[in-house]
Amino acid sequence: MKNEWPLWEIFIRGQHGMSHRHVGSLHAPDAEMAIKNARDVYTRRNEGVSIWVVEANNITASSPSDKGPLYEPSESKVYRHPTFFDIPEEVGHM
Amino acid sequence: MYAQMVKSEATQDDPEKLAEFQARIDRDEKIEPKDWMPEGYRKTLIRQIGQHAHSEIVGQLPEGNWITRAPTLERKAILLAKVQDEAGHGLYLYCAAETMGVSRDELTEMLLDGRMKYSSIFNYPTLTWADIGAVGWLVDGAAIMNQVPLQRTSYGPYSRAMIRICKEESFHQRQGYDAIRKMAEGTPEQKKMAQDALNRLWFPSLMMFGPSDKDSVHSAQSMAWKIKINTNDELRQKFVDQTVPQIEFLDLELPDPGIKWNEERGHYDYTDPDWSEFFDVIKGNGPCNTDRLAARNKAWDDGAWVRDGLLAHARKKAAANVAAE
Repeated sequence: MKNEWPLWEIFIRGQHGMSHRHVGSLHAPDAEMAIKNARDVYTRRNEGVSIWVVEANNITASSPSDKGPLYEPSESKVYRHPTFFDIPEEVGHM
Repeated sequence: MYAQMVKSEATQDDPEKLAEFQARIDRDEKIEPKDWMPEGYRKTLIRQIGQHAHSEIVGQLPEGNWITRAPTLERKAILLAKVQDEAGHGLYLYCAAETMGVSRDELTEMLLDGRMKYSSIFNYPTLTWADIGAVGWLVDGAAIMNQVPLQRTSYGPYSRAMIRICKEESFHQRQGYDAIRKMAEGTPEQKKMAQDALNRLWFPSLMMFGPSDKDSVHSAQSMAWKIKINTNDELRQKFVDQTVPQIEFLDLELPDPGIKWNEERGHYDYTDPDWSEFFDVIKGNGPCNTDRLAARNKAWDDGAWVRDGLLAHARKKAAANVAAE
């Protein structure tokens, strides 16, 4: 990579008060240009009302090989879901 | 389609890992950038996604040719939006390819020096305004045939790019049909232009799907990996079946006397394109190959000072910020 612009990850918040969501990435020389480019590349059809840009280098991601230790423990904890508990019909909506 | 005759790479990986990988694909799990993948899968996908991205970018040229000469301000705004979408599609796809460990500059350089291809269709000229209608209707129509199933492809970033692209692609086809319909319903001269555009672009559009299955050597591995979902002939037939009634609605003549409804097959018969022309265009001898590559090279060279200047400015500003802290 000689003089390649760094890669930025783009997050957009849609119209209805949802969280910013990752939509893709692009290259830009700095954060300001990344926002300008993201506006052209990712919001041509009213997709959003707010843009976050993060340089891809600054993201730390979990590793696919950690899938087991990270996520398997929650599989056995079914009581964390409300449907685990039977509520008698007479009690009504809960 | 936009990626024609993508050569599958042989793979020499641990058979156990390979079997595990294939099982994930068979379970419809998405493969993500940091996951283990066979070298052949990675190389084939870089080639396929890269070729697809290059096609989106080069595809701006034949349409950009008519932006300043669109017949009305509204058509001009529509065409401008469409060409801008193509740039966006190229960018989504380049980013998907880059997740496999190739850099943007490497991809660009491989296009510019001819090591990577783009779709044969963009080596044909757009001679009249009616061609712009025909390109949207037929070329984007053919592209959609291939891109809709690719939304289910096994590689996560590629699949996500295809989902975004498909959302926008329908606008492209409809604006094209709308533009050529205006011509077909216009004066006799305009109708003649519409007919001429259809006649010239019909066979090149059929070629977009690539050679016949019996001559297509790369399909089996790509289909097992779910980076190719349908065969070339399946998609071509689907395209013909969809397009013939649209031609009839325009009251234009069929561009191929061989088109006939085959009751037994439940499909239209049609004449195969001239494959020697296709291979010739792929080799670089189409009507516009030289122009297209020259235009891309010029854009890259002329833009160098902008790319370098903006980066130098960003580095200087970053250094000043550090010094101030």
